Amino acid sequence: MADKRMTPDEVVAQLEDGMTVGIGGWGSRRKPMALVRAILRSDLKDLTVVSYGGPDVGLLARAGKAKKLVYAFVSLDSIALEPNFRYVRENALVEAVEYDEGMFLTGLRAAAQRLPFLPTRAGLGSDILKVSPHLKTVASPYGDGEELVAMPALKLDVALVHANVADEKGNAALTGPDQFMDDLFCLAADKAYVSAERVVSSEDLLKEAGCFHTLVLHRYMTHGVVETPNGAHFTECPPEYNRDEAFQKAYAAAAGDPETWAAFEQRFLKVADEAAYQAEVAKFREENSK
Amino acid sequence: MTDTLTEITRADVCVAAVADCFRGDGEIIGSPMGTIPTIGARVARATFEPDLVLSNGESLFFEGTHRLGAKPDEFAAVGWIPYRQVLDVLASGRRHVMMGPVQIDKHGNANISAIGDWAKPKRQVLGSRGGPGNTINHTTSYWIPKHSSRVLTAKVDMVSCVGYDRAAEVGAAGRFHEVRRVVTNLAVLDFVSVDGAPAVMRLASVHPGVTVDEVVANTGFELVVPADVPETRLPTEEELRLIREVVDPRGMRLREVPA
Repeated sequence: MADKRMTPDEVVAQLEDGMTVGIGGWGSRRKPMALVRAILRSDLKDLTVVSYGGPDVGLLARAGKAKKLVYAFVSLDSIALEPNFRYVRENALVEAVEYDEGMFLTGLRAAAQRLPFLPTRAGLGSDILKVSPHLKTVASPYGDGEELVAMPALKLDVALVHANVADEKGNAALTGPDQFMDDLFCLAADKAYVSAERVVSSEDLLKEAGCFHTLVLHRYMTHGVVETPNGAHFTECPPEYNRDEAFQKAYAAAAGDPETWAAFEQRFLKVADEAAYQAEVAKFREENSK
Repeated sequence: MTDTLTEITRADVCVAAVADCFRGDGEIIGSPMGTIPTIGARVARATFEPDLVLSNGESLFFEGTHRLGAKPDEFAAVGWIPYRQVLDVLASGRRHVMMGPVQIDKHGNANISAIGDWAKPKRQVLGSRGGPGNTINHTTSYWIPKHSSRVLTAKVDMVSCVGYDRAAEVGAAGRFHEVRRVVTNLAVLDFVSVDGAPAVMRLASVHPGVTVDEVVANTGFELVVPADVPETRLPTEEELRLIREVVDPRGMRLREVPA
């Protein structure tokens, strides 16, 4: 059976300009940030980023990696508004497609089920249909008179998700309080890559996961496994760690000004690899604990 | 002994007004967004609306009455409600959400997405989140901590959350729509339909110490103002005890509505 282990940069080498990339997690929660950082270090461009958005969306858009954002919201949770998302939207630097959270879920389900669309009531009467004129409605064929939104499939080229623990074959566990839509992102994509806090043997996976209900990412869904300790940083990854609020605050503050943002990028993002990033984060923590 | 009534803050009045929004809801999910809505929903359940189902805001339903920010080991968790299930359950209608709009108009259309031209916003905020799905599927109320004509405005820049005129336009699919009430730091507003026209906002009560003129002057559209506008009720002794001693002993509500 295939050993699917790879490095963050090897995952990114599989991606191509112009691809549609779905990113799991939610807001500033359990985002595959090590993989996002690897994209930031690459030459990739013109991506369409599909996400229940957090700093993944803000970072990729601010760095010019994304030409199009597909979202229902973009937020840092403890800081309501994502400053880099604000920056790219208020300067009209990206194409934006805004859906309702439920429409987004319906679109993922349609893609996972290889359907062109699924009907939903969400969106009707709102301006979502006005700012996205590609959206059509469909009449119920059953004589009840309902006209519903035909939510198009959110088909992905690639999905990136972050798990608490995985095995080398691409099985993975989401052990925190919310698994979000990560399994659907994987099913909606041609290829899915899962980063994990730790990669263990298949024999140890259930023991490490704690409960079989958490084993929701299966190897037929995933094409690569990356061990990235602290890989969701600075977003939260419970039960392993909480959000790094001090770092997130520094990130948000830096994004507000071109000079401080350039300095932040230089220090944390324009580094050799994920290990160099984690080393800088460790230094940042030390500075802040003084 | 100090007269308790003189110590009642505007924030306490707002909490009771929020609690009243959930009155009669029965065994459905109450989903309050924001500090005062969260306190209000917990007070409602602890008093007159015991069947209301409430989460900690982070994927767990709990029983009992708890302080804001209580950790999972402090309460009796009885249900797991991750986001995916929220989005499925809300389409079943068994939910009443209270959201905080950045703009709202007389029909209850609300914006939580972006201010200005959506294509190049003056100010990007959250995005429409679950607003479109919430409002077309089940009861919605709103909480506005700072009542002003910038928030209560003639025209919202983006309809994230559907109001009565828009719901009327979508035919049978709009039959589950209800915007129940808007609670602000000045007043309680509800909606009234005249001659079958889409419902519009009406001044239901003014908080003690607030005049009708003050509400009208701070509203960017014409409110329906009845000849006699009552005062918003004061919280009961039991509600005050719950607010101050159980749910919000640290006074977080005063950050939303200062004394």
